[in-house]
Amino acid sequence: MNYNWNWSVLVTEPYLDWLISGFYWTISVALVAWIFAFSIGCLVGIGRTLPNKFIAGACTCYVELFRNVPLLVQMFLWYFAMPEALPEEWGRWVKRDMPNPEFVTAVIALSLYTASRVAEQVRAGIEAVPKGLAAAAKAHGHGVAQTYRYILLPISLRMVVPPMTSEFLTVFKNSSLALTIGLLELTAQSQQIAEYTFRGFEAFTAATVIYVLIALVATVAM
Amino acid sequence: MTDFDFGVIWTSLPFLWEGLQLSLWLTFLAVIGGIVLGTLLTLARLSGILPLALIAAGYVNLIRSVPLILVIFWFYFLVPLVLGRPVGSFYSALIAFVLFEAAYYSEIMRAGIQSVAKGQKFAGQSTGLGYWQIQRHIILPQAFRNMIPILVTQGIILFQDTSLVFVVSLRDFMTTSSIVARTEGRLVEMYVFAALVYFVICFTGSVLVKRMRDRMAT
Repeated sequence: MNYNWNWSVLVTEPYLDWLISGFYWTISVALVAWIFAFSIGCLVGIGRTLPNKFIAGACTCYVELFRNVPLLVQMFLWYFAMPEALPEEWGRWVKRDMPNPEFVTAVIALSLYTASRVAEQVRAGIEAVPKGLAAAAKAHGHGVAQTYRYILLPISLRMVVPPMTSEFLTVFKNSSLALTIGLLELTAQSQQIAEYTFRGFEAFTAATVIYVLIALVATVAM
Repeated sequence: MTDFDFGVIWTSLPFLWEGLQLSLWLTFLAVIGGIVLGTLLTLARLSGILPLALIAAGYVNLIRSVPLILVIFWFYFLVPLVLGRPVGSFYSALIAFVLFEAAYYSEIMRAGIQSVAKGQKFAGQSTGLGYWQIQRHIILPQAFRNMIPILVTQGIILFQDTSLVFVVSLRDFMTTSSIVARTEGRLVEMYVFAALVYFVICFTGSVLVKRMRDRMAT
């Protein structure tokens, strides 16, 4: 195997700037998407366990729909198909005037997809709470909202911290799919550096190291 | 709202079917390869030989912290360089998937093997079986049975993940759908159709997993 190493490309302009801006977009997409995914996921996860059949059914549909279609297809649906399917004026606004279209679309797609996975963890957590606790709450005269607020949620949310950590890491990894709709995040930038400089080793190593560092920091932080 | 024309799907069906076959074939090979390599990694991690266990654990943790797209790019670039000749995107994608999924399969298996009661291993040792005999005849058969549903679920996830070969223009179902979408200018119809096909396959798979779980629980 013949390969000329040249690590200095990583600190030469403009490639260093490309890496930094890629890192910035990866972090931004992942964090913003996580905030939405966690909020929506908690609501949907709770919804699936509610006694109300209609709400539970709707939430189950949401989870099955978003979990069984690849994220890449969802990304394309939001980016290419959604503006066409909207009423004409809205579609035109999305295509022409919406600020940062790649970023916004990536966040929408990633949030809704991740929310379905978060919802599954939340539901599993709530269902793992022994049945007697909810029954006891009911016997005390607690309503549904009070049972969730004081009994089910405090116990189950504590239980789902470990799987939630791994979902949190998955958001960072999945944010790389935003490159398919043209957002130049970390993976896209490293690929671009590889193409411009023919230094694939160095460029991909840089991206790999940054992703590993993100994972380490996120694991320690959670 | 533009008028929709779903007839375009009908006329490009043979092309799309070829793509879908490639997706399924890639999934099948990657599942087999991933399980084999994943089992080896797991055995290395649980072998009790420290350097071996550390290398395997390091590999699994490294792979699990990088995105699949980056791994696909890595091998698209690396495989021709190592072999000294172009191999085409199918083989480099297959290698990327096997090496990537092995890390996830290994995690599933580690949990499965650790779920087999400790007494089983001691019983094997006391009847005079060696390490590999215990693994082969006692631990692995039981562990595999426990983890079949999770392994199938991971297979469904892998099938969804194969859509990412789009980034190296390998003509799987996702790429062929997108080619038709662009050339015919029918983005909405094609992507909705692609979503529908993936949904039907993956949903059917997850219903089967649920049945399997229910049957095992009784």
